[in-house]
Amino acid sequence: MSPTESPANPDRPERKPGLKRRTFLTGAASLAGLAAAKLWLTPQSAEAAKPKSPTVPDDPTKVPGSPPTPYGQRSAFERTVRLVVPSHSLTPLQDLHGVVTPSSLHFERHHNGVPLIDPARHRLLVHGLVERPTVFTVEDLQRFPSVSRLAFIECSGNSGSEWEGQGGASAQEIHGLFSTSEWTGVPLALVLREVGTRPEAAWMLAEGSDAGAMTRSIPLAAALDEALLCYAQNGEPLRPEQGYPLRLLIPGWEGNACIKWLRRLKLGAEPFMTRDETARYTDLMPDGKARQFTLVMEAKSLITSPSGGQRIRPGFVEIRGLAWSGRGRVTSVEVSTDGGRTWQPASLLEPVLPKCTTAFRLPWRWDGRETILQSRCTDETGYVQPTRRALVAVRGVHSGYHYNGIQSWKVGADGRLSNVHL
Amino acid sequence: MPDPRPAPEYGFGRPATEAEIKAWNVEVAPNGEGLPPGRGTVKAGATVFAKKCASCHGATGKEGPMPQLVGGQGTLATDRPVRTVGSYWPYATTLYDYVARAMPYQAPGSLQPDEVYALVAWILFQNGIVTEDTVMDARTLPTVRMPNRHGFVSDPRPDVAK
Repeated sequence: MSPTESPANPDRPERKPGLKRRTFLTGAASLAGLAAAKLWLTPQSAEAAKPKSPTVPDDPTKVPGSPPTPYGQRSAFERTVRLVVPSHSLTPLQDLHGVVTPSSLHFERHHNGVPLIDPARHRLLVHGLVERPTVFTVEDLQRFPSVSRLAFIECSGNSGSEWEGQGGASAQEIHGLFSTSEWTGVPLALVLREVGTRPEAAWMLAEGSDAGAMTRSIPLAAALDEALLCYAQNGEPLRPEQGYPLRLLIPGWEGNACIKWLRRLKLGAEPFMTRDETARYTDLMPDGKARQFTLVMEAKSLITSPSGGQRIRPGFVEIRGLAWSGRGRVTSVEVSTDGGRTWQPASLLEPVLPKCTTAFRLPWRWDGRETILQSRCTDETGYVQPTRRALVAVRGVHSGYHYNGIQSWKVGADGRLSNVHL
Repeated sequence: MPDPRPAPEYGFGRPATEAEIKAWNVEVAPNGEGLPPGRGTVKAGATVFAKKCASCHGATGKEGPMPQLVGGQGTLATDRPVRTVGSYWPYATTLYDYVARAMPYQAPGSLQPDEVYALVAWILFQNGIVTEDTVMDARTLPTVRMPNRHGFVSDPRPDVAK
């Protein structure tokens, strides 16, 4: 396999001149291009995941069922999978229920593969501007008082295919670099108190033990309130794709700051200006300046059902979706069934948690005519999710990251839904 | 006199040894802190690049298929911005850090400091940032002024009103 950083890089569009947008294969918009060209690597991964056709008894009450298995499997009838390319996979948001993403369907993004790590040999080194440079084993970290919380993780390149024009077709293709889990670990603040931070420490370099030695500088004061050193997800140890055996989680911040396979924390007075906070994960504005250290994911929402690629029938339709904000709680979600002319408040399902995904619902009756469905959310800071038009007016179309414009799904007269821009 | 430093509360973990810190403490800061001994010329860099990098980045660093390393200066405010080391990266030290830790893609971390210095010299020369007789080392690299050094601003969000 050839190196895959650019062709499969979901994080930023690198549009090549002269190529039509649906045909080029580099950058974030390639999610759309790849899907259109059916170049997803689903054959291998999806085929492997596909169950064999089960032999179904005519009456399951008349034959003994299967015995238990040591590690459970989903029903042989369930086929939902991630879309996969070499550097990332996408969560099938349109097929999921509730807010928690099954760990095996959580999106992944890595910069040179998923490392194989023996947790017994893994070490975390904490050094730099600390009183006591310390090495922790995973077992050491698990001895600290622990915290579990529900939080979303969103890649800053999520939905980036939409900046330059209509990208993906489905919720998964457009917004699938987004997932929600219950994360368990030790508060970063507790570990840093243990090693004794020096007063001049203002930044923290977090480094992974993957082949890219992925590295980001974290502004310490902002991270200390909520950052966790996580070793578990949804009740069991992290998946390898999620950083096994240890990752950083900073709720509400862009996914790449939540360094996976974490092996080193170095405190310093200044940011370290690594490649991934200069050459990547910076937002290029129309005036040629680029925003740096844009870490918080702003409020966003999405109707997941019905959504692109699905089909509805006239009559009752429950509109279902997800909303979230990196700045705190979602306070309201409004839904439009007429392309943004009128808006109705959706009901929010409990729990409504800060920096976590909130599910919303709105009952609707489809009359069989063409229309456009949209949702927009407001968070507890008063921030309102912007239209695509308003977003592009400020940031242009080359910023690549941090797209949170309102998603519009067109309902055709035949009941089919598709991605449109208004 | 009592030690003013706060004592550990739990006592988990163990002191890191100097050798452990040295082995992993490899990142390079914009002021050059962390750069190892060694040196490389543009000419030597051309050889290393042809052998270990050109198959992914192209013979001149422009062709790809992997990210373009050369060119793009003056394009950032246009309809077709091209972000390369030469047009976009604010610090030359970052190039050393990234190449040393993550390249070549199939054998990350395998380059010797002389090879990395040489590659950095060659890529910067191809971008017109240093001259062909440049010798890159821990002293000269942090003095390189990148064209987009002041092209970055802090995050002003929320920036889009309702």
